[in-house]
Amino acid sequence: MKAKTVDRIMTGVIVGVAVLIIAVLAGLLGYLLVRGLRHISLDFLLSPPQTIKAGGGIGPQLFNSLFLLVLTMIITIPLGLGAGIYMSEYAKPNRLTAFIRLIVEVLSSFPSIVVGLFGLLVIVNMFGLGFSLFSGALALTVFNLPLMVRITEQSLRSVPREQKEAGLALGLSRWRTITSVLLPVAIPSIVTGTILAAGRVFGEAAALLFTAGMSSPRLDFSDWNPLHHTSPLNPFRPAETLAVHIWKINSEGLAPDAAQIAAGASAVLVITVLIFNLGARWLGRVLYRKLTASK
Amino acid sequence: MNLPETRPSADPATPRNAPATAGAPAPKPAGKAAKHRLEEWRGQAFVYLCVLLLVVIIFSIVVFIASRGLTPFVSQGVSVKEMLFGLEWAPEADHPMFGALPFLFGSFSTSLLAAIIAAPLGICAALFMTEMMPKLGKTILQPAIELLAGIPSVVYGFVGLSVIVPFLRHTFPGQGVGIMAGAIVLSVMILPTITTIATDALRSLPAGLKEGSYALGATRWQTIARIILPTTLPALLTGVVLGIARAFGEALAVQMVIGNAPHIPHSLFESATTLTSIITLSMGNTTTGSLHNNALWSLALILLLMTFLFVFIVRMLERRSKHA
Amino acid sequence: MSTVATRAAFYTKDLSVYYGEKQAVKKIGMEFPDREVVALIGPSGCGKSTFLRSLNRMNDLIPGARIEGEVWINDQNICDPRTDVVQLRQQIGMVWQRPNPFHKSIYENIAFGARYHGIKDKKALDAIVEQALRKTALWDEVKDRLNQSALALSGGQQQRLCIARSVAVRPSILLMDEPASALDPVSTAKIEELIAELKKEYTIVIVTHNMHQAARVSDRTAFFFLGDLVEYDDTRTIFTNPSRKSTDDYISGRFG
Repeated sequence: MKAKTVDRIMTGVIVGVAVLIIAVLAGLLGYLLVRGLRHISLDFLLSPPQTIKAGGGIGPQLFNSLFLLVLTMIITIPLGLGAGIYMSEYAKPNRLTAFIRLIVEVLSSFPSIVVGLFGLLVIVNMFGLGFSLFSGALALTVFNLPLMVRITEQSLRSVPREQKEAGLALGLSRWRTITSVLLPVAIPSIVTGTILAAGRVFGEAAALLFTAGMSSPRLDFSDWNPLHHTSPLNPFRPAETLAVHIWKINSEGLAPDAAQIAAGASAVLVITVLIFNLGARWLGRVLYRKLTASK
Repeated sequence: MNLPETRPSADPATPRNAPATAGAPAPKPAGKAAKHRLEEWRGQAFVYLCVLLLVVIIFSIVVFIASRGLTPFVSQGVSVKEMLFGLEWAPEADHPMFGALPFLFGSFSTSLLAAIIAAPLGICAALFMTEMMPKLGKTILQPAIELLAGIPSVVYGFVGLSVIVPFLRHTFPGQGVGIMAGAIVLSVMILPTITTIATDALRSLPAGLKEGSYALGATRWQTIARIILPTTLPALLTGVVLGIARAFGEALAVQMVIGNAPHIPHSLFESATTLTSIITLSMGNTTTGSLHNNALWSLALILLLMTFLFVFIVRMLERRSKHA
Repeated sequence: MSTVATRAAFYTKDLSVYYGEKQAVKKIGMEFPDREVVALIGPSGCGKSTFLRSLNRMNDLIPGARIEGEVWINDQNICDPRTDVVQLRQQIGMVWQRPNPFHKSIYENIAFGARYHGIKDKKALDAIVEQALRKTALWDEVKDRLNQSALALSGGQQQRLCIARSVAVRPSILLMDEPASALDPVSTAKIEELIAELKKEYTIVIVTHNMHQAARVSDRTAFFFLGDLVEYDDTRTIFTNPSRKSTDDYISGRFG
């Protein structure tokens, strides 16, 4: 009977752990929302921050985060697709491929602060791009690229082999078979993975401290000429993102309501990530249903 | 042998390149050959370029960080021994000192402690999802784990600072900040890594293995403890090592809760610091080319080398789990 | 064999296929008469599918696969490394065991290949789609929903769509790898009718596990065993009076 008692205890422990994890998540989200939602208002979302007075907002930071995300994805998606297509369709099983696989693995394991430092050294200083949105986008590309490569490769690999053969047997070139036959089948999972990766990019801060910078110039939201210095669309201006802002006000915030602003900004960040998460699942399902016409 | 083309045909969709209807001429074979070759060539050029870019990126990361990080040792008179074992970090003093042991200690202790907390939890969660209640696991626990993985590290830092640090301050002697606070925050952050890999490993176990054990009258826990865990051990360790790697490189969340005092603490609840924290805090305040600045690059180089070490260990473990 | 030789659409000479060290197909010489159906039969692993897949160089996709010997189609040895495989495959249609329509609309499944091969005119494409669907007896079933996804069709319809897809790029040869083995009896019968219809225009090579099917649809039958071509003759002769004992054993169900 002793074995049965142990079994019962351990079952209890494992179920207890599962409950604990759910509780931690629920507590985390609950805490952020309860503390943060009180401070979220339209004004908070749109107005610029205050350095020493209370009542500042996160408008420019929110805009910077979104703009940086778009810039990053514009650079990352084609590169990630290209390298992912290579890995799944063109790579021959040889040493070179093993080496490239190792490189992707190493690149994806680099701490994001190291990627940020590399950005500081090469992109900001050597290329002379300075602390700017563009530098930040390049650093985030380095940070995000291995993930995009893996997503693309896995999605393409899960396409049935007969699809590829059918394309080739029709007399399509390999490239055309990949782009017109395989990619459409792989799109739902690529989209899901990309949106999840976008969530990760949106919340990243360490890689941006020394690339996109920790300050934002006064922005003139009525000037949409990307060449103007105060234009929000200028990619060569420094830009503090929401995640960097949260870090900064927590470590050196002077405004009397710094804690509330941090709570509000964290809630906004988490809500955005939640939206990305749910959106990815939803869109993946919709695309899958649409492309396979299953009910 | 008759060539098939000689056969007359009036049907528009007949084989053998018969003239098409509606005035669409069959394309000339030579032109088409050129077209599909060009298309293939362009496509391949693009994917090879993308891969080349990956290779260039990683090499430049290593070369640039190493060239900066090695300067203090090569030309600025700092010894490797001092950096690895020195206890004093005073880069701006008259006699600058570059002992990074407190940072190394902080990084190792927070990440190992985080793994000690997270590994049992993650493996239990994986067992819950694979061996106990797969349905509940898939609908509730798995999405929860994925959400935990998606929460940005500054948010973890913020929650750590406003919940865990005050809690530790009230419960234990000390300021609340320190290695324990860092480890708790990190353990939640690396829990998804450990759980996901453990779940994959447990799912890929052949069913016959478990059934054999149940057939002998073993309880579920006996089967888990004697059959499942030992068989999947290398894969489970892979997850733990990846978790430690992630914790080791995490910068902001730890920096926010650890206190950032550059010495080896006497307790888990006393202010300490890590490699990533000191880099984050000091890099912006030093001038390029100064000894202080270069010493920070040396710390970055240590982070880089640790990444290589972690990847190497993971590879070794993966080889093990494949052979098993 | 004399009648066959004068009308051969294509033939193989000493064709061998290796997977690494293993020789899966052993020095096979076969002639495929123009516009006739040749069935390849034999137990699993006898090399018949591998042989079929080397007729359009589909084995190139398998790492470690290697072809020796010759396959002559239209005075061209397609095993020559200089062969433009992409162009070659346009002349040879292929149908697989499991229906594998593209994840596109019914119309696109058929128009896609033709458009790629240079037919841009909408009317011409419409005509090609209609012709191909009529040939595969699908037109009446799908003409009102050409823009729906092909994956909404039944398995048998999908398989006929895959045949229509091959036909639309105007091949002269159709390779079929157990085209009905994943289908129900009614769909199978439809595919068999279709083969009888299609052989008026195409030379067809079909791999099948189903001996009755081979007897019903083919003009000539080849029996493969362990990578060797054991016997190749008129279907009637193979099934009523085979000259080799192993052929007889297989056909009468004593092994395989």
